[in-house]
Amino acid sequence: MTVPSDQEVSDTGDRVDTVTAELVRFLTARTGRAWPPDTDLFATGGLSSLFAMELVVHLEQTYGVSVRGTDLRLDNFRTVRRMVALVDRLRTGEPGDHGA
Amino acid sequence: MTGQNATPDAGQRLAVLGAGVMGTGIAALAVGHGIAVSIIDVDRGRLADATARVDRQVRTARLMGTLPPDVRPGPLDVGPSLTDVPTGRTGLTAVVEAVTEDPYAKAKVLTEVSALVTPGTPVVSNTSSIPIDELARSVARPEDLVGSHFMNPPYLIRTVEVIRGPRTGPHTLDAVRRLLAVLGREPVVVEDAPGFVTSRILHPMINNAVRVVAAGTASVESVDTLLQGCLGHPTGPLRTADLIGLDNLVDSLWVLHERTGDESCRPCELLLTKVRAGHLGRKSGRGFYHYEGDL
Repeated sequence: MTVPSDQEVSDTGDRVDTVTAELVRFLTARTGRAWPPDTDLFATGGLSSLFAMELVVHLEQTYGVSVRGTDLRLDNFRTVRRMVALVDRLRTGEPGDHGA
Repeated sequence: MTGQNATPDAGQRLAVLGAGVMGTGIAALAVGHGIAVSIIDVDRGRLADATARVDRQVRTARLMGTLPPDVRPGPLDVGPSLTDVPTGRTGLTAVVEAVTEDPYAKAKVLTEVSALVTPGTPVVSNTSSIPIDELARSVARPEDLVGSHFMNPPYLIRTVEVIRGPRTGPHTLDAVRRLLAVLGREPVVVEDAPGFVTSRILHPMINNAVRVVAAGTASVESVDTLLQGCLGHPTGPLRTADLIGLDNLVDSLWVLHERTGDESCRPCELLLTKVRAGHLGRKSGRGFYHYEGDL
């Protein structure tokens, strides 16, 4: 079993914090509302589900990732935290849902 | 159901006339269900980014989980001439006319199509308000013509208003039902009239909502919030107007007004002002609301 070094854990934490802060800023700028990381963006009174595709394009263009296959599902974009996890996984190349 | 690695059903091919909002939306719906689609438009500029617009809509549909997961997208051919699209027994399943909501523009295109396609090929005119029997005057075989009114976006809204003109043949109606079943849509067949059912009810209501805003009774946001919160409207009438396209809404209202004489269908001044300013709704980035992105 491989145990990540303290430095790796720290880098991952920094990266996640940075992306979280950037996404919260992006959403606030686009919607004029504050969005805590665990808030469901598309729940009643939230954003239009059509906005989700804007989020996909934003993540792809900002973080150089490609959201494909079964990763392309609304649940991955429902909260800031889920988007951060997706970006982190796609950037580090960890296995995930990459079905056709 | 087609398997994941299967090629699209060779028997299914649509020609979509018009690469605008509805044309590319219907094309995306079909491509996402494994159907081969040819998009035809005389406007080369509009064809230039048609592939990108269809691809983005197919991705949006996938994101929303409205496409069958085990079907490979159908091939998309952008910009052929209608004469290059195969017709006949092994050719087109149907032609879908989705040009601008202008009776003269639609009549011109339908005349050309009717002269080219094999008799018996369903010609589906996608319109929000123009009576099908009026359009049937322009085709060689009125029995092959049927109306559809897909809502925008077609790949998210399952129900489709289907208009049976007085001269629409039963074979044409059956063929459209089969096509919509392949597309995972639920047809509701209605008789022919200006605006049919949905536009006859919705469009004057939206027009009145704009009048309320123009009178200063309430803000755009308040009108939509009230209609959503109190009356259960999914988005509010003004967000709906932005999604329809304010130019398209005005065109439809004129069609309704000219044919019914109903003054509630005369487009109100604020609506006309927005269209003159190029604020056409979501597709132009601004209507009653501001938008970014190009959905």
